Amino acid sequence: MNRTSRPLSPHLLIYRWPITMTLSILHRMTGVALSAGLIALVVWLGSIAFSVGAYATVAGFMDTIIGKLMLLGWSFSFFFHLANGIRHLFWDVGMGFEMRQVNASAWFVVVATVLMTAGFWLLFYDPRSLI
Amino acid sequence: MPGSESAEGGTDHWWAQRVTAVALLILGGWFLYSIVRLDSFAYSAVLDWAGRPFNSVTLILLSLTLAWHSALGVQVVLEDYVHGPFITAVSLLLNRFAHTFLAIAAVVAILKIALGSS
Repeated sequence: MNRTSRPLSPHLLIYRWPITMTLSILHRMTGVALSAGLIALVVWLGSIAFSVGAYATVAGFMDTIIGKLMLLGWSFSFFFHLANGIRHLFWDVGMGFEMRQVNASAWFVVVATVLMTAGFWLLFYDPRSLI
Repeated sequence: MPGSESAEGGTDHWWAQRVTAVALLILGGWFLYSIVRLDSFAYSAVLDWAGRPFNSVTLILLSLTLAWHSALGVQVVLEDYVHGPFITAVSLLLNRFAHTFLAIAAVVAILKIALGSS
């Protein structure tokens, strides 16, 4: 039997990965990342409550390259989850379901996330030490 | 038992996720705005900021809402990817324990800061 003579769907060679699928996966990934961020927030608050030394340790770690990359990841995750979450809330009240709107709001989320993350770091980061 | 409640509790989960989401728009926005506005991350400055009554109250609200929203979200992820009756129940229980611990730890830390007993 010639199996290739019938149409294959989706055709893998001409299949274009939709932006909406990327955003759907990212919503979940950023959500899990922010759950880890909750642990960091509690550690940070706990260190403030505990002692100067504990706070210096936590703030010192956050001032390293790895710490800053984690903060960058959490800020990106926060703004993405926020923007895409608003998109979800619109869907919840039945708005924006047309394919054109779904794709447009997807790109709006991408642009808004980049702008908010960049804006936050322009305001947040200055040469002062985190300690 | 967690995991067997979607038949009667699915709507509650859905609503709680939305209500906490809207609350976090405000509380999360406030937190990042406050962080940006902080003059310094010196210990005394952060202690003073977190200890002011309005900030303490809002930090507690943020921590509780965040823990709740996070618990609901992680629960959905676990329900989707963890299979097997025993391991599902255990993971969902651990998720609740961990989030409850985080929520109470945050409240105790903020109260300790606010009441100045450190």
